[in-house]
Amino acid sequence: MESILEQIDRGIIWDTPGGVHPQTNKSLSTQTPIERLPLPQELVLPIKQHIGSNGKLIVEVGQHVLKGQPLTEAAGHWSVPIHAPTSGTVLDIKPMPSTHPSALPELSIILEPDGADTWCELSPWPDFHAKSNEQIVDRIHQAGISGMGGAGFPAYVKAQPTHPIEYLIINGVECEPFITADDMLMREHAEQIIRGIEVLRKLYQPTRIIIAIEDDKPQAIAALTKACEEDHNTIVRAIPTKYPSGGEKQLIQVVTSMQVPRGGLPSDVGVVVHNVGTIFAIYQAIFEGKPLIERVVTLAGDTLSKNTNAWLLLGTPIKFALTHVGFVPEKWQRVIMGGPMMGFTLPSVRLPIIKTSNCVLAPSQNQMPFPGEEQPCIRCGACADACPATLLPQQLLWYAKSNDHQKLQDHKLSDCIECGACAFVCPSEIPLVEYYRVAKADIKQAQQDKIDAERAKERFEARNRRLEREKEERNQRHQRGRRQPNNNKASETKKTNDAVQAALARAKAKKADAVNDNDMAALREERKRQAKLYKEEKRASAQETSTKEDAVAAAVARAKAKKQANASSVSSSTANNETEKESQKDAVAAAIARAKAKKIAKNTPPDEQSEPAIERSDNTSKADDPRKAAVAAAIARAKAKKAAKEPTSDAQSESAAERSVDNAAADDPRKAAVAAAIARAKAKKAAKEAPSVEQSESAAENSDDNATADDPRKAAVAAAIARAKAKKAAKEAPSVEQSESAAEHSVDNAAADDPRKAAVAASIARAKAKKAAKEAPSVEQSESSAEISEDNEAADDPRKTAVAAAIARAKAKKAAKEAPSVEQTEPTVESSDDEMAEDPRKAAVAAAIARAKAKKAAKEAQSKKHGDEN
Amino acid sequence: MTLFYALIALGGLALIFGVLLGFAAIRYKIEGNPIVEQIDEILPQTQCGQCGYPGCKPYAEAIANGDDINKCPPGGESTVQKLADLMGVEATPLAVEEDADNTKKVAYIREDECIGCTKCIQACPVDAIVGATRQMHTVLIDECTGCDLCVEPCPVDCIDMLPVKKTVKNWQWDLKSIPVTTID
Repeated sequence: MESILEQIDRGIIWDTPGGVHPQTNKSLSTQTPIERLPLPQELVLPIKQHIGSNGKLIVEVGQHVLKGQPLTEAAGHWSVPIHAPTSGTVLDIKPMPSTHPSALPELSIILEPDGADTWCELSPWPDFHAKSNEQIVDRIHQAGISGMGGAGFPAYVKAQPTHPIEYLIINGVECEPFITADDMLMREHAEQIIRGIEVLRKLYQPTRIIIAIEDDKPQAIAALTKACEEDHNTIVRAIPTKYPSGGEKQLIQVVTSMQVPRGGLPSDVGVVVHNVGTIFAIYQAIFEGKPLIERVVTLAGDTLSKNTNAWLLLGTPIKFALTHVGFVPEKWQRVIMGGPMMGFTLPSVRLPIIKTSNCVLAPSQNQMPFPGEEQPCIRCGACADACPATLLPQQLLWYAKSNDHQKLQDHKLSDCIECGACAFVCPSEIPLVEYYRVAKADIKQAQQDKIDAERAKERFEARNRRLEREKEERNQRHQRGRRQPNNNKASETKKTNDAVQAALARAKAKKADAVNDNDMAALREERKRQAKLYKEEKRASAQETSTKEDAVAAAVARAKAKKQANASSVSSSTANNETEKESQKDAVAAAIARAKAKKIAKNTPPDEQSEPAIERSDNTSKADDPRKAAVAAAIARAKAKKAAKEPTSDAQSESAAERSVDNAAADDPRKAAVAAAIARAKAKKAAKEAPSVEQSESAAENSDDNATADDPRKAAVAAAIARAKAKKAAKEAPSVEQSESAAEHSVDNAAADDPRKAAVAASIARAKAKKAAKEAPSVEQSESSAEISEDNEAADDPRKTAVAAAIARAKAKKAAKEAPSVEQTEPTVESSDDEMAEDPRKAAVAAAIARAKAKKAAKEAQSKKHGDEN
Repeated sequence: MTLFYALIALGGLALIFGVLLGFAAIRYKIEGNPIVEQIDEILPQTQCGQCGYPGCKPYAEAIANGDDINKCPPGGESTVQKLADLMGVEATPLAVEEDADNTKKVAYIREDECIGCTKCIQACPVDAIVGATRQMHTVLIDECTGCDLCVEPCPVDCIDMLPVKKTVKNWQWDLKSIPVTTID
């Protein structure tokens, strides 16, 4: 039994299944030597011209580059650089239509040649044997060489095989009709190709090097045979002309009888295949130091006055090249990139030549008629006979049409090399390959979707686990905190302090955890508050000795911490004392800004009159604080947006707004900016606003006037009210009036004597706004009741404000989630409010209760609905 | 006496097999309902909650317990079809009106308008939004499932759902298109 090597040496070649014999039309373009074209006006260089990832840009617009200078550098997997094909200036770097059937824009460098064609400094290696393999591979990589046969596989990757290589096959088959680029290259540069092979011989150390050329290229065969006649390891093998013998897997089978396993690489069977164009590029890179900047391209087709091969710089517009060889387009002219079998019709001729472009075909309709209309498959089986991969094209077509991915995979669609032999022989003129391409892309997409889904699932589950863990930790912390003071009865004062400290620590930890909108102001404020709290607790614990009270204290601390962490800055500030006026203002301002943003987002027409009020409050609050600037900016933005979106004009709100502007602009330079923003907003608003808002507006104005009367803080309140109304008005039907008037009452009362109440009122308003936004008419009842209770509370104790805030919050939450079932729970909340009259501590407890209830209410809403209605 | 032997033999066999079966039941116990896993595989894992369940897994469980299979708009008709095949039920049209354009979308945050509230981060079921309090947020497009859940909580409405950009990589041949070439 002869070994494969012996058989090869004996000159045996093997047959491959299938294949077709289209008219080759090669002699058209081999009559003249390879031409050189003049420099085009500009070159468009896509930064990715191969399979893999693109390199990183290292030039900028306006930079002058020399010929051969790298424009990108390799970055990432399978990325190769590109180089300047001539000296000139980088005009622009932008997405340009790519040389792809879709012509989708890809990032490209536009280079304007300066005409000098000056090379950058080159470093040829005449004696490459002195270099290590790594250095050679790196040189091949840096020269930007990717496979020139058509697929564009980076050559440096192939130059580092994972398996020992027995046969190095040089692919000079060029089986597609019309294309003669490799043929002409071999005829004219056989010597250089052989020297290029020497480089690969050093890299691979193969047993045999086989140069495979189809037997219809006798001149190329002769040239190469002559060039390598002293070399006994190199065989020039003429193989019979058959399409597609030039396919990598087919060629390996023809010359070695080995088959590349499915999904494997040729190196798995100890073979590596390189195109002669690639070999020539490697020669240039090593012996001349020149990177890949030009290639031989066949220009063929009978709409050209001259069919020829030409050295085209990468980036040369196809139109330029065609014009140079006398292109006279006819009606419905097609220009095909690549050969007639596997090429694709270009959507435009303003596309560049890239590293993989081996042929530009501009046939007339006589030469290559348009395909006729697709007929039904008659199941003649001609395609199965022609298929070089021994697939069943008719079955694949069937499944591709029915989108049956499973069956397609069962019939090994992935083994299809898209050679087009099946479509070539099809008597029904079915463009089979197009169906396969679509199906392949679909399958790839489906697989990608599956991977993405898997990933999304993983991330979702990871997130759930994290949330679960956090919840657990929180619970544990709480339990620990509750147990500690109870267990130790001795030396109460000290223990209490410990408990308080623990609570503080917890609060801090929590705050750190909370992904909430705590700003710096809130942080600072919290620190202050904690200090105060700590002092207070100390005092309290000194007086009160019972453990029960300690527990209460801990609970208070916890409640506060929680409030601090979760609630908006306004509500947390209400829980504190007057000592933090400054920080309170910040928080209020921030809340206002936020609220506005939201308002804008929801685009409610009648909220303008609330703005002046807000701005007023902003001005006052921000008079001395640098934060104001940011808030003001936010307001301005918000207005701009509102103005941009709103319909039809409204005179009433305008006048109100103007009034406020006048006030605002009075004394503070800062106000100027705000005022300007208001003015802008108004102008726009005037142009666009809608009627029908009068009712709510007048009410709002009333409250505004009251609020602005004596206390700057009230401004914020008023703003909140206005906000609430605006929202309500926007979302609700006529049923709001009742609740509104009630709200105004309460706010007016509240604003009368105590500045703190302002904040409370604000939170109420907020709560209402939210409720209003989400709810239907059924809220009135609950609101009025809430207001009553709040009025009562606000009378004497500052602490109650916190409670009220919590209630408001609770309500808001409930309102947001619920339908009619709120009424029931509210009375209980209110009753708890009553209890809190005497002891300040209880306030916090009550707040917690209120919150808990609100939550419960929100969750039970659905199930309760029926019972409540009865 | 013969009767006695027979009883002993049969009883012995019953005991052996019983022990074997009992052992197998414990040793090869399958945790959970395997059908749930299969359904979960088919669902698109956008975790969007449009089916009314908090995520794809809960919906898979619901389907296994007899819920309708037509509540997944992101999956579209193809998912319904696959579920119908798996569950052996009739494929019903989607309960929710499917969007006219079924293109895959991802969230995009207009970053200069973002106020850094983190609300969208909390809403995102797959942690595809990064950012910190008071800092601008952004979406990891590769991780975004296009579930929409971040759009609603945004207080300044700076999140858009944009169709995934078409590139050469995800481009698809359109066989029905009329070939248009510009020759000039």
